[in-house]
Amino acid sequence: MSARTRLASLALHLALVAGAAATCLPLLWMVSASLMPTGEASLGPRLLPSAPTLEHYRALLGRLHLLRNAANSALLAAAVTAISLGLNSLAGYGFAKLGFRGRDGLFRALLAAMVVPGQVAMLPLFLMLKGLGLINSYWGVIVPGAASVFAIFLVRQYALSIPDSLLDAARVDGAGEGRVYWSIALPACRPILTTLAVFTFMGTWNDFLWPLVVLSDADLQTLPVALASLAGEHVQDTELMMAGAVLTVVPVLVVFVSLQRHYLRGLIAGAVKG
Amino acid sequence: MRRSRIPPGVWFVSPALAAIALFFAVPVAASLLLSLTDFDIYAIGDAANLRFVGLANYAQLLREPLFWIALANTAYFVAVAGPLSIALSLAAALAVGSPLARWKGLFRTLLFLPVATTLVAVAVVWRFLYHPRVGLLNGALAALGIAPVDWLGDPRFAMPALIAMAIWKNFGFNMVIFLAGMQAIPERLYEAARIDGAGAASQLRHITLPALAPTFLFVAVSTGIGYLQLFAEPYVMTAGGPSDRTLSIVLMMYREGFRWWNMGYAAAVAFVLFAIILAASWLPWRLRAREAGA
Repeated sequence: MSARTRLASLALHLALVAGAAATCLPLLWMVSASLMPTGEASLGPRLLPSAPTLEHYRALLGRLHLLRNAANSALLAAAVTAISLGLNSLAGYGFAKLGFRGRDGLFRALLAAMVVPGQVAMLPLFLMLKGLGLINSYWGVIVPGAASVFAIFLVRQYALSIPDSLLDAARVDGAGEGRVYWSIALPACRPILTTLAVFTFMGTWNDFLWPLVVLSDADLQTLPVALASLAGEHVQDTELMMAGAVLTVVPVLVVFVSLQRHYLRGLIAGAVKG
Repeated sequence: MRRSRIPPGVWFVSPALAAIALFFAVPVAASLLLSLTDFDIYAIGDAANLRFVGLANYAQLLREPLFWIALANTAYFVAVAGPLSIALSLAAALAVGSPLARWKGLFRTLLFLPVATTLVAVAVVWRFLYHPRVGLLNGALAALGIAPVDWLGDPRFAMPALIAMAIWKNFGFNMVIFLAGMQAIPERLYEAARIDGAGAASQLRHITLPALAPTFLFVAVSTGIGYLQLFAEPYVMTAGGPSDRTLSIVLMMYREGFRWWNMGYAAAVAFVLFAIILAASWLPWRLRAREAGA
């Protein structure tokens, strides 16, 4: 390695370390401040707690019932993931492998609908769900996430690569279409379904605007919504807020770090179509 | 058997299509109708109070100074945060993807971490980092001898502060997409360039950047569309203030629709946003098509 290359390599790694420090520092400070005794973060700029304490976590989980909100977040993210995986995999497989009149036109129309931002549907959807009595209920959050054009698109692209001969062989053996889907198409699509599951779970967990609109009852709120209302009421309680932020962020970061291969593949697959 | 007349494919796509029709297509169409009415809190109580007002909501919107403020703020956010975060994404991708870089996987994960976090939670964290008296940012500036800045309270600095946070939160996303684009470039192009004596800078300019042009277009459009929907940052960090300097279009829609229940008016706001997004996604392709045709 020449001296010049070595210098370039050193500069590059310094830049990478500086960048990684910049992305991680706010998250590390969040954890650190969540362990500070009440009021310490408000004394002055401070990196580490003088005497680490778990009192804020105890307050959040006990007095402020944040465990309830964490359970809501987990339940809703799991429910949306399970339901949408079912509906989107059926549709994606259908669009890829089962012929019917108007199929391709219908698919193109779906893709075109992707430019419509979700906020446009929000106001009438709220009124509709209010009419159905689903506002302030879990179902109000679940139903709009039940199917997604983007997910159908990803499954379809993946299912296109399943050889027709494999499906036909099963049909010749007397398997019905439901059986072919369940025993052959689903296992073949497993990588993209895993990716979608990670994507949907994290997206639902992190979602804010719609749960904010739908869930007004504090006992039904998800973590981000509960955290936002805490942030309004407990402005002075810096350490308590940081503990709330940790509880909100850590589960989703654990999911991401352990399954990031699948998550990143989905992200890239989504970009390639563009 | 009558059922056998319906092809199986229809049964497979129907549940998802029904959900999309019911919870997306119908509400979007209803939203257009809603924007032509004076639907407000009285109409929620009794639909008899509902009147068709034609384009009056849109006319009122154009006369409303607050709407222009929200539009200008959103444009400011998109115009500054967009290019800056894409530039940072590209720089990070070039650094992580460089042949000299070690521990690529680790750096990629660490740089991507903010993308995976919950926006509301990190907005709460950043609100404290920006605290004028005890925030870490002013603490670091003080060490450099710079006087404290009231980041979120000063009308001049509030939007730049939101922009800095948004860049921190989002640049990792496009970094990963650029990295994928770079991996698709055949290694033999670089080998040929090296044989011709091209240095790193020349390889970057003549091979990497041109090969990333389609990726760049995708990234620019999707980032622009995402940033046009600015909401949670001002909602949590500034509540649209100080003096409406961080009020965004979606925040205005949320307030009109879900705080004051002026749903007809809010639907008009949503449709203006839709029109802008439609233009933002259509224009770049149009420009590229013209370039390709010329």
